[in-house]
Amino acid sequence: MTVLTPAKPARPGGRWNPRRPRRSKSLTAVMTLGLIYALLPLFWLLVNASKTQASLFSTQGLWFGGHFALFDNIRATFAYDHGVFLRWFGNTLLYVVVGAGGATVLATVAGYGLAKFSFPGKRVVFAVVLGAVTVPGTALAVPTFLMFSKLGLTNTPWAIIIPSLVNPFGLYLMWIYARDAVPNELLEAARVDGAREWRAFFSIALRLLRPGMVTVLLFSVVGVWNNYFLPLIMLSQPDWYPLTVGLNQWNAQSSTVGGQAIYNLVITGSLLTVVPIVIAFLFMQRYWQSGLAAGSVKQ
Amino acid sequence: MIPTTRAVRGWRRGAAALAVGALAAAGLTACSSSGSGSGAGSSGPTANASAIAAALAKKSSITVWAWAPQDKDIVAAFEKKYPNVTVNLVNAGTTTAEYTKLQNVVKAGSGIPDVAQIEYYALPQFALSGSVQPLDGYGLDSLKSDFSQAVWDSVDINGQLDGLPQDTGPMALFYNKKDFDQYGLTVPTTWDQYIADAKKLHAANPKDYITSDNGDPGFITSMVWDAGGQPFKTSGTTNVTVNTSDAGTKKFADAWNQMVDQNLVDPISGWTDQWYTALGNGTIATLVTGAWMPGDFESDVAAASGDWRVAPMPTWTAGGQAATAESGGSAYSVMKGSSNPLVAAAFVQFMNAGDGETVFANEGGFPSLNSVLDSSSFLNAAPAYFGGQKINQVLSDAAKSVIPGWSYLPFQVYANSIFPDSVGQAYSKKTDLNAAIKTWLNASAQYGQQQGFTVSVN
Amino acid sequence: MSPPKHPSRRRWTGWGFVGPFLVVFLFALVAPVVYAVYLSLYQNRLIGGNRFAGLANYRLALVDGQLWSGLGRVGLFLVVQVPVMLVLALGVALALDSARLYWSPLYRLGVFLPYAVPAVVAALMWGFMYGTQFGLVGDVDRVVHASLPDPFSNALVLASIGNIVTWEFVGYNMLIFYAALRVVPGELYEAAELDHASVWRVIWHIKLPALRPAVLVAVIFSIIGSFQLFNEPNILKPLSPDTISSYFTPNMYAYNLSFAGQEYNYSATVAVVMGLITMLVAYVVQRAAARNQGA
Repeated sequence: MTVLTPAKPARPGGRWNPRRPRRSKSLTAVMTLGLIYALLPLFWLLVNASKTQASLFSTQGLWFGGHFALFDNIRATFAYDHGVFLRWFGNTLLYVVVGAGGATVLATVAGYGLAKFSFPGKRVVFAVVLGAVTVPGTALAVPTFLMFSKLGLTNTPWAIIIPSLVNPFGLYLMWIYARDAVPNELLEAARVDGAREWRAFFSIALRLLRPGMVTVLLFSVVGVWNNYFLPLIMLSQPDWYPLTVGLNQWNAQSSTVGGQAIYNLVITGSLLTVVPIVIAFLFMQRYWQSGLAAGSVKQ
Repeated sequence: MIPTTRAVRGWRRGAAALAVGALAAAGLTACSSSGSGSGAGSSGPTANASAIAAALAKKSSITVWAWAPQDKDIVAAFEKKYPNVTVNLVNAGTTTAEYTKLQNVVKAGSGIPDVAQIEYYALPQFALSGSVQPLDGYGLDSLKSDFSQAVWDSVDINGQLDGLPQDTGPMALFYNKKDFDQYGLTVPTTWDQYIADAKKLHAANPKDYITSDNGDPGFITSMVWDAGGQPFKTSGTTNVTVNTSDAGTKKFADAWNQMVDQNLVDPISGWTDQWYTALGNGTIATLVTGAWMPGDFESDVAAASGDWRVAPMPTWTAGGQAATAESGGSAYSVMKGSSNPLVAAAFVQFMNAGDGETVFANEGGFPSLNSVLDSSSFLNAAPAYFGGQKINQVLSDAAKSVIPGWSYLPFQVYANSIFPDSVGQAYSKKTDLNAAIKTWLNASAQYGQQQGFTVSVN
Repeated sequence: MSPPKHPSRRRWTGWGFVGPFLVVFLFALVAPVVYAVYLSLYQNRLIGGNRFAGLANYRLALVDGQLWSGLGRVGLFLVVQVPVMLVLALGVALALDSARLYWSPLYRLGVFLPYAVPAVVAALMWGFMYGTQFGLVGDVDRVVHASLPDPFSNALVLASIGNIVTWEFVGYNMLIFYAALRVVPGELYEAAELDHASVWRVIWHIKLPALRPAVLVAVIFSIIGSFQLFNEPNILKPLSPDTISSYFTPNMYAYNLSFAGQEYNYSATVAVVMGLITMLVAYVVQRAAARNQGA
């Protein structure tokens, strides 16, 4: 027998539980230590983004010093080299939207397929996926580069986007998630009603898979946003660089003969690179809070 | 799940489909192997001056991979002089990052730039593998007298001109006068004096060091060069000799063992923010490095403005002739596979033997062209950063006293990449540098043999 | 009518769902692996060109001290760092899920943030943290009048890298566990309430079993990640070239072989060997877990 109560969240301490657990001060204190550990290097980033190039080397690392130059640095970061930072920003957005978005869609659809259908070759599929992931990526970089080069894909955004579409970890996550979050009874009910598989997927399963999808999307977004090694190999024109490769180039510039050290721009640029991920995270959190129908169904 | 017969067949079909798909994609590239060139031919393409001039008059474009910051203005000057040519200046990475990309595109056979900036230690590798276009045929070998012998030897490999030099890095002693005055140190003229200064400084203030060093291969190979060592010799395109009992190497290693064992060198990595901080606040008292360093001091170590001076590199024998080595410096080469070699060659000539060098020198580069090096404006420059000292006179003299006859390996990039594995370990464990360098030489020789070179090890 | 116990028996519909992923996967990941296997059977030298070498490269790999020392190192890394990191991630996830924290969204975001930091930035930050002269360690030394050991010394460098990896990925794993905890059915908690179960019993009997699949996923992928350790030692190498060798991890070894030595064939061999070893370990772990559960 199925019981569907969509409005009931599955959380203790949620609205339906008459007795909320006590907030614990000691637990919060312990967690705060963890928070400091997680955030200390980022604090360093924020503090040092406010320093000028000269004062970076002469002031104490963990506190402000010298002239407060955060906004100057931000302006300089966007202006340097004819605004190439903005171009890199745009490139990264493109890769994320198409690459991470695409990866999430592919992983969700495929994960659902693995969880809810038995078909010939299913075990092989998963073995091959896991097997390919165990081969170290750096040694695959050259074969991938040579392949893409023959196909004329190097130095184009496709060289970044196509590999980004494959997220085996996301596949595995969605497989596990779909198995638990989408009850077979619901699907059977839909089939009995005459719905085709794709309709069942779109109208029923997708909603239930949302929290898992959001998790995979978030990981894909961060992964593509921070993707460094493969773009470095594939691209030789700075026009198509993502932010990570561009920042690294600015960083390397300081060690060139006669090159101008622009650590202040590297640090500020890094700060600006982290901010959108924070925003993405906050934005996606709302989708987690939304009700989970699956939680109230008897398995 | 108990497989039925149908399921098993289906499984096999599925697996086969997967394999075929994968092989098809891989097969696109598997059959082609752009075999590396069998060596540089010394007779390249030829073209005379009028052919080059004609090419420059036509509308065309070239791609240049370079990281030197002065190049932007040099390109602008070139495009002004030859308005029909468009130059795409691309920063494809610095030093080894660019060489990796260059190796990749050469192997793939596509995406190769017309001109590339290649440091002298890496040039033999690209030259001997046939990746660069010989410039003899374009008449550029007549420029030999415009450069010093030592610099010319860096680009003229096995009788073939592989590029034109842009800058050079004759080594000199950069010292922090403020530190020296504070601790009563005399500017050393011999390496014995240098080591004595090192001990005195570190004893007076254990937080200060005479210099920074954690086993950088570029630094150590240059120091061996300066000590008269010649551990590598090449002849033809495939013969390499590695000398593990080279006298110059031993002279350097014996002296430097003291520096490492007695903690007289600061183990900070160069070109890091800690290193710049140390240069700025007097923690590092000297730098023995190439003549291109003043530009870096001025732009990156503002805190120590006015404190530093330049002196000739210390010698190994008291009262001996001035002698120095090269550290760094790049040439520009035309890549084989360029679709516009005539214009590319003309660009290289403009940049490194023409107006480009003046622009380069004006923007803080250390030029290799004799006419610029000897010009009075260059020699009389007295930057405030160095307290008004006429540093270019010291550096120009250094350029003239570079010890000739040094060779790099035709696979120096790789050899340098494994250098820290043996020598770096000696630094961190304070063991004998002689043994570590020997290990490195043997490992490099072994790599050469694996790659098909005829390597003889002494 | 009782609901069927197994997923749908429609034979080929499953392929329809899995197909798109597989097509891209084959192209972007499997083809290069096949090509790498192909490359590993050849030797292409700078002088002399390409020739078929059969299993010669694999014979070389078997006796290659640098490969095996790197493998030993990542093995050690794996057995220490992975449990530490996952236990921490589990603890944080449970704490967040318990709803006993003040401002829990803040902690969730804060602990996740390190994952969002790109590698080049992490190198800058940790390079500063670990600096014994002008970095944080140096500052602490000055304030406390101590002489803390150099995080980049031979003895400590692996632990220092382990610290950075843990810092980066605790949030990532925490999020996976947290998402898994969110789908625990509400009635289980209701039933526990009725039984007056304590917090620890709830954790032990409800939450941890619910986390089992997620933990297994995290363990397997952390194992794979550990064997492939590359980013962190590679970006720290310029800061500490003497204690991080070019063969510090097998992946770094393969990288140096390819990109500095142009030994693409041997590099592919190293990759295939590492892939096989990783696959073996992952398989063993998965079987052990399955047997444990009596699945």
